[in-house]
Amino acid sequence: MSIDMAMKRPGVDTSHGAILYLEDVTVSFDGFRALNQLTLDISVGELRCIIGPNGAGKTTMMDVITGKTRPTSGSAWFGQSHDLAHMTEYQIAHAGIGRKFQRPTVFEQHTVFENLELAMKMDKRVRPTLFARLSGAQRDRIDATLRLIRLHGQEQRLAGLLSHGQKQWLEIGMLLMQEPQLILLDEPVAGMSDAETARTAELLNELRGKHSIVVVEHDMGFVAEIAQQGKVTVLHEGSVLAEGRMDEVQAHERVIEVYLGR
Amino acid sequence: MKPLFNKRGWSVLAACVLVAVLLPLLHLALPPGHPLHVSGYAMGLVGKFMCYALAALALDLVWGYTGILSLGHGVFFALGAYAHGMYLMRAIGRDGSYGSLLPDFMVFLDWKDYPWYWAFTDHFWYCMLLVVLVPGLLAFVFGWFAFRSRIKGVYFSIITQAMTYAFMLLFFRNDTGFGGNNGFTDFKRILGHAITAPATRVALYLTTLALLVGALLLCRWIVGSRLGRVLQGVRDAESRLMFIGYDPLAFKLFVWTLSAVLCAIAGALYVPQVGIINPSEMSPANSIEMVVWVAIGGRGTLVGPIVGAFAVNGLKSWFTAAFPDLWLFALGLLFILVTLFLRKGIVGTLPDLKRLLPGRAGGKPAPGAKEETA
Repeated sequence: MSIDMAMKRPGVDTSHGAILYLEDVTVSFDGFRALNQLTLDISVGELRCIIGPNGAGKTTMMDVITGKTRPTSGSAWFGQSHDLAHMTEYQIAHAGIGRKFQRPTVFEQHTVFENLELAMKMDKRVRPTLFARLSGAQRDRIDATLRLIRLHGQEQRLAGLLSHGQKQWLEIGMLLMQEPQLILLDEPVAGMSDAETARTAELLNELRGKHSIVVVEHDMGFVAEIAQQGKVTVLHEGSVLAEGRMDEVQAHERVIEVYLGR
Repeated sequence: MKPLFNKRGWSVLAACVLVAVLLPLLHLALPPGHPLHVSGYAMGLVGKFMCYALAALALDLVWGYTGILSLGHGVFFALGAYAHGMYLMRAIGRDGSYGSLLPDFMVFLDWKDYPWYWAFTDHFWYCMLLVVLVPGLLAFVFGWFAFRSRIKGVYFSIITQAMTYAFMLLFFRNDTGFGGNNGFTDFKRILGHAITAPATRVALYLTTLALLVGALLLCRWIVGSRLGRVLQGVRDAESRLMFIGYDPLAFKLFVWTLSAVLCAIAGALYVPQVGIINPSEMSPANSIEMVVWVAIGGRGTLVGPIVGAFAVNGLKSWFTAAFPDLWLFALGLLFILVTLFLRKGIVGTLPDLKRLLPGRAGGKPAPGAKEETA
């Protein structure tokens, strides 16, 4: 059975070099502006780190990109062709944006293998799902992902029995199974041990260039490790405070004042 | 494809079906005085329990696997029963108390003709179509609005409860055209056969058995498919499911509608065997009892609700004869005890018991559905 029949989506048009483009996005909840005319663009293949104090709007920004929250004003585009403000969560996921939540969210009653199988890129409508059979090639893909996220040999364990760090990796693995062009990671190393954090940095460095990645993170050491010479964006009160290389941002006067200097 | 049951499962199922088939044979073949004779009453009771079991199975699909607790499945059961009941009423012909072609209650209301929605109900197969279509459509429309508005959890349960209550009030009215609080009864024949004849009753019994087993296999196949795992995903982490590209609305609607249809079929099988359908079947308490069967048998196991329906109703038959006033207290107590001490229900607890036995420290995950992926 051809798995990809319904996947004939118009490819994401990134001919202008940007995969994600937010322009003047404002989100207000009862007058409180969680995002305040935020303008941000992410290039194809870029790994962008976004930092900022609590309440700076990092998670709200992720919600806007993934369709969970509608912008009050402004526009959000995925490539040239997808207007994110008018798509549902699952349509956005289909279009090629994967998201990892702040708290690891996996299917705890399913095995590791089944978690990856469910996330795999395929026709996800009701009937094809009912009759779906796993092909050898798909099994190989799951196998490769298992190795990448270091859960090989544990595929038959229930995901609920994994350690916190392993759940985070499983969730990243699920994102990769979706073959997204853009990956959003909300605090991927929160609650991880040092060794797990180092391994996650290694994993992200392996993914660099294959996908466009946006990482929201508090852990400065981790950000310094994965940002390398790439851009770092500092959010503050719902808009961009500063943008540049890690060392530039760290030297920025206002950034020190509102965030780093405390 | 992975098998629906393992070897032991198939053997247990085959043994149960064998016993179930044996009952009517013993009823027909042996004379009433014989020690192994099965009375018509006993067979009728088992037939009725099988209808309840089918309803419980349907409920488990939405509650146990998808996490949608319906407190109003009685409405689908009753609508299925009423749809079949319309045919049975037409089949009475002129044998009613007033000798009219119209059912007694319409004569009583001084109606001269059948209302429009009774058209064609003298055709058996048209009514069978109604059994599936009417509750199916109601479930689809209700589900579409509820799920689209992302109504979940206890709010959804309360709305289903309100729905069945509203339908009950509607059917209690005489001018609704469904016999008011008496409902439909005094059936004479089905497809030309006398409805009380032993052979007819055996045929109804065997049809119920076949449909129950068929529904069990269908549900087992569904929950074992990738769609089954998506349903459990709806239950455990709906937002994750959305963000990996599934539309939960479509999956919920599918399973909700299927469940309603199975429940309606149970109702349609119930009415000729019990011989009456009235609006009290739609009372909220009845729907809650269905939930209790599932909880006691073990939700998310499919087999459990069948066991639960038999166990609870068997107990009820004995209890209501011995201590008629105390049954609801007993049911409530049973439910509390199961909730406190047997959270996975009878069938869900079996794997845990096995693990306690010496030398069998198997590491199988508890809720029956997932033994092994392919």
